[in-house]
Amino acid sequence: MKQTFLDLRNNLIEFLRTFGAFQLFFLRLLRYSPEILTTRLGLVVKQVHNAGAQSLVIIMVCGLFVGAVLALQAYSNMSKFNAEDWTGVAAAFALVKELGPVMTALLFAGRAGTALTSEIGLMKATDQLSAMEMMAVNPVRRVLVPRFLGGVIAMPFLAAIFSAVGLYGAHLIGVEVFQVDVGSFWQQIQLTVEISDVNEGIIKSIVFGVAASLIAVWEGYNTVPTAEGVGHATTRTVVITAITVLVFDFMITAAMI
Amino acid sequence: MSFRLSFAPSTDLADEKLGENSENLIEIRALKYSRGHRAIFDGLNLTIRRGEITALMGPSGTGKTTLLRLITRQLIPEEGVIYVDGVDISTLNQSGLYEMRKRFGMLFQNGALLTDLSVFENVAFPLREHTKLSNRLIRHIVLTKLHAVGLRGAADMLPAQLSGGMARRIALARAMVMDPEILIYDEPFVGLDPISLGVIVRLVRRLNDVLGITSIVVSHDVEEISAVADRSFLLSDGKVAASGSPDELRTANSELVRQFMHGMADGPVAFHYQAPGYEEQLLGRDIE
Ligand SMILES: Nc1ncnc2c1ncn2[C@@H]1O[C@H](COP(=O)(O)OP(=O)(O)OP(=O)(O)O)[C@@H](O)[C@H]1O
Ligand SMILES: [Mg+2]
Repeated sequence: MKQTFLDLRNNLIEFLRTFGAFQLFFLRLLRYSPEILTTRLGLVVKQVHNAGAQSLVIIMVCGLFVGAVLALQAYSNMSKFNAEDWTGVAAAFALVKELGPVMTALLFAGRAGTALTSEIGLMKATDQLSAMEMMAVNPVRRVLVPRFLGGVIAMPFLAAIFSAVGLYGAHLIGVEVFQVDVGSFWQQIQLTVEISDVNEGIIKSIVFGVAASLIAVWEGYNTVPTAEGVGHATTRTVVITAITVLVFDFMITAAMI
Repeated sequence: MSFRLSFAPSTDLADEKLGENSENLIEIRALKYSRGHRAIFDGLNLTIRRGEITALMGPSGTGKTTLLRLITRQLIPEEGVIYVDGVDISTLNQSGLYEMRKRFGMLFQNGALLTDLSVFENVAFPLREHTKLSNRLIRHIVLTKLHAVGLRGAADMLPAQLSGGMARRIALARAMVMDPEILIYDEPFVGLDPISLGVIVRLVRRLNDVLGITSIVVSHDVEEISAVADRSFLLSDGKVAASGSPDELRTANSELVRQFMHGMADGPVAFHYQAPGYEEQLLGRDIE
């Protein structure tokens, strides 16, 4: 009993310590960000391209199918009340406010996030980060900050692409398959979805972009520098990002209602 | 301070004021460092003279790489002081530390080339980060350094396409590119064929003599290192077990030194890591 309590206490202390270090790490990244954005923009652009290009195809494919399935569900329910015209609206709300940002963040974690973690982890395991330190180059500034910023910048665009492709998927099912009138399909969306709904999606994707990129570079930087350690770190990136994104999603939604 | 071995270093003058003798570039006193519960260094004293080639030798796992990381403050000792050119490095802040490191060039044990850059860009990396030289000039400098290690033809390759020995030679070119005052080599001779080995040994010697660089070379290769070093330190059990010129070491009458210099399996350093009896274990008796 006493042992359990002690274990619990130690775990809590360990957690708080890690969390504190994590916050300091975040501040360090932020401190170098303006400088890197102004003087080393090329490094950031390269990372936006990396993160974006890696995730683009899966995000488009998944967006298409998520939009399509939303339209299927919406149509089969709405048609019971003769409200087929609202198929597009239901899909649009779900995509823009929830599934666009959330699914994009999860897919990003699985594709670009794991790539970031393993890349940085391997750089650490093969002494590349130490070598930079020895060349008087700060690896946080030179390696981590551009990768972090690349992810932060790519995420909102990826989420927007996800939603846009998703709407097209909904259109295919609603209009092409179930013959909902194309005019009312799009007009209902235009009339009902407010700019504030779009903003909610944008805010979410920015927050998720920061969270997913931060977790990916943190896990890479703190990898136990062995092959096994890199494997563990990439797994943790996916799991921790997924949990964080879903928790934040709930909190942001609750705050904006 | 008592040394278990008869051949104890006498060059380390305990009362001399640290950092004041300008002949000494690096001075280490009473250094203590542990990994987990294992003390890697416990009371290490060591002095590296300006302009010399100093060899660090010792059985695998004695902490030679660790010592290099302590000297360059990639690791922080638990106790003891390290002076580099008269400055106690524990007093340096981040920018002071980086300024100090710009005077070092370090060849890592496994090369540590940046995997996402070509060979050329790897060697150019410190120049691009720290100078505003024109592309033309950078190209000139990088090609000269690549030529010195015999790999000018590999400029466009990626690190993944290099063999281990080639990678280490590129890393050497990168370590020299900023014309450092102090060059640290962690096992530079491993994995080189006899021809490149000869070239690299002579290169180490020449850099030292012509450019007046101070060199620290970690090596197991008693023959090669004896040929080039001015002074050698043999590390064992967290201390300097012996020091002196290669000839002094070769003729030393300490058992440990003899064992190491002549590569004998039996002696004070056990070849085998601590283990249960061989026969017992093979017959499975230790399990019962
Ligand atoms: N990251 C680490 N965590 C725990 N122990 C370590 C770590 N790095 C090194 N050690 C231990 O420190 C000791 C010294 O390691 P070091 O790499 O300095 O040895 P070395 O003298 O360079 O050996 P080698 O000649 O094989 O390169 C070893 O016993 C090793 O087990
Ligand atoms: Mg080593």
